Amino acid sequence: MSDRIFGIFGLLLAIGFAFAALAIEESFLSDAVGPKAFPLIIAAVLGLSSIVIALRPDAAPEWPTLARLAEIAAAVVVMILYAELLPEIGFVIATFFAAAYLTWRLGSDLLASLATGLGTSLGIYVIFHLVLGLSLARGPLGF
Amino acid sequence: METLSSLADGFAIALTWQNLLLALLGCFLGTIMGALPGLGPSNGVAILIPLAFTLGLGATPSLILLTSVYYGAMYGGRISSILLNIPGDEPAMMTCLDGYPMAKNGMAGQALSLSGIASFVGAFFATWGLIFLAPQLVKIALLFGPAEYFALFALAFMTLGGVSSTNQAKSAFAAALGLGLAMIGVDTQTGVPRFTFGEVHLYDGLDFLVAIVGLFALSEVFIFLENRHGEADGTKPNLKIGRLTPPLSMLKQTTPTMARSTVLGFIAGVLPGAGASLGSFISYSFEKRLVDKDKTFGKGDPRGVAAPEAGNNAAAGGALVPMLALGVPGSGTTAVLLAVLLSLNITPGPLLFSQNPDVVWGLIAALFIANFMLLAMNIPMVGLFTRLLMVPPRILMPIVAMVSFVGIYGISGSSFDLLVMIGFGVMGWVLRKLDVPLVPIILGTLLGNSMENNLRRAITIDNGNWFTLIDSPLSITLWAIAIIGFLLPVFLGRKVKSRMHERGDEEGSITD
Repeated sequence: MSDRIFGIFGLLLAIGFAFAALAIEESFLSDAVGPKAFPLIIAAVLGLSSIVIALRPDAAPEWPTLARLAEIAAAVVVMILYAELLPEIGFVIATFFAAAYLTWRLGSDLLASLATGLGTSLGIYVIFHLVLGLSLARGPLGF
Repeated sequence: METLSSLADGFAIALTWQNLLLALLGCFLGTIMGALPGLGPSNGVAILIPLAFTLGLGATPSLILLTSVYYGAMYGGRISSILLNIPGDEPAMMTCLDGYPMAKNGMAGQALSLSGIASFVGAFFATWGLIFLAPQLVKIALLFGPAEYFALFALAFMTLGGVSSTNQAKSAFAAALGLGLAMIGVDTQTGVPRFTFGEVHLYDGLDFLVAIVGLFALSEVFIFLENRHGEADGTKPNLKIGRLTPPLSMLKQTTPTMARSTVLGFIAGVLPGAGASLGSFISYSFEKRLVDKDKTFGKGDPRGVAAPEAGNNAAAGGALVPMLALGVPGSGTTAVLLAVLLSLNITPGPLLFSQNPDVVWGLIAALFIANFMLLAMNIPMVGLFTRLLMVPPRILMPIVAMVSFVGIYGISGSSFDLLVMIGFGVMGWVLRKLDVPLVPIILGTLLGNSMENNLRRAITIDNGNWFTLIDSPLSITLWAIAIIGFLLPVFLGRKVKSRMHERGDEEGSITD
């Protein structure tokens, strides 16, 4: 069943891709092939392979329970927040929270997670910024 | 003898303190990454690429660092295979079969050192093979025009799934997806934006490094979150390492095995669509058929340890041949190494050998140096690595995630790229669940633009005649190989795959 849905999704993606390719504005200065042809070939391959996937599905994978899915979704939200907040609050603080959260969710207890978060954040800061001179996001506090 | 003098020049480049230090660091990190289940050569190299750039390393030093990681990971995979019966990466799967029984018989130390020596033999002779075979391939490649290159790219995509691929539709889907992603951005020939939907960040196209790190490294973090491997922490190897040097008689017994496996592995590495996993599989099965008269394979036969290790390391060297000489990688990790070259503005392929001989020969010399370092590192220091294996994933995975973020942020300094990377991470997770291979996606994003350029150039040269693509005997041959390579797994795939996976864990869709 998973593969059937996946195949239909792929087919829609291919159709969307083909339409987006047809909508490319041609420049008046174009070569013999133009900017549309290759994307259209790709869309065809994408569509054909999706149809085959939908018609001849593999055994469905073992999908995680709803709770586990929520876990992954929460991690994605944390990562998005991390990406957005990184320039605002600086590398050390943001990384501390993100690493502590991930460690906690992977099964450490609370105190150990905070310690791991701090260790990861400071460790990366020391190795990559102080020793190797990589520029990391600078927050209002200067680190 | 021109080759040998070029090689000597290469050693002159590689033997600086900085490069030696980088090679040492790369070997060390690589061995750890190979040994840790969940971090294989592809994602190991992927995480380190952005760092190598943001540190401002030049082309040769970056390549030395990253290929040392590549070779190191090939060595490291065996450690957890032997001690824990969990392959550290997919090519090390076959090593479990005899390595773990040997460890159970109290010969863990001997298995580790023997496999270290076998790895060395495989990699050492494969590097010689690379030296002599790559320039020959370059001579052929110089005959290629745009039409032949287009066919060659098609061949790379169509055979990438490998003989063990069970679902070619999914490989094709992955390749098309990768190529489609490469189309995003301003068209290089006419200057019109494509698939950008008005988003300015997309005009430059997607940075393939962002895609690679997201697909390989972040998706791994999601897999761990899903399964919460925390429970597996308790599996400490309570095995005694024991004697660390194999007795001479064992070496003598395994020498012919190593020699045969090296040759087989190297060939498997050079051929498109095979790679290191298949190299170790072929070597093991061949050896089993040839010398297993007393049915000792699978019960801790030293030859069963030497064969797959020599095979997979030889294949790792062999896989560099098409990557360097043609610019078309045949396996996952070499695709990632191609990303390194492209980001350094070096176009691999026949011209690389004439235009950047310092890069090529410096790299090859570095491979030799890394090999000796790895041999030295892997025998006496194996105890250290076994202790590092004890770092639980709940601590390791956040570090992997954070280092990925640091690397990508270091390149562009933009949150947008981080968001794209997270998107790729989620996509990678879903696709791995659905058993869609990730390597063709990476290869597609890497090669998409040059594939299209070759297509357009070929047809423009011939005034818009599409049949120019199958006009020369060379391109017809390439297309024929591509089609056979694509159709063969449809008939053989399931059989080969099920035999490769008879034992050992699935490592997901990331192959070597």
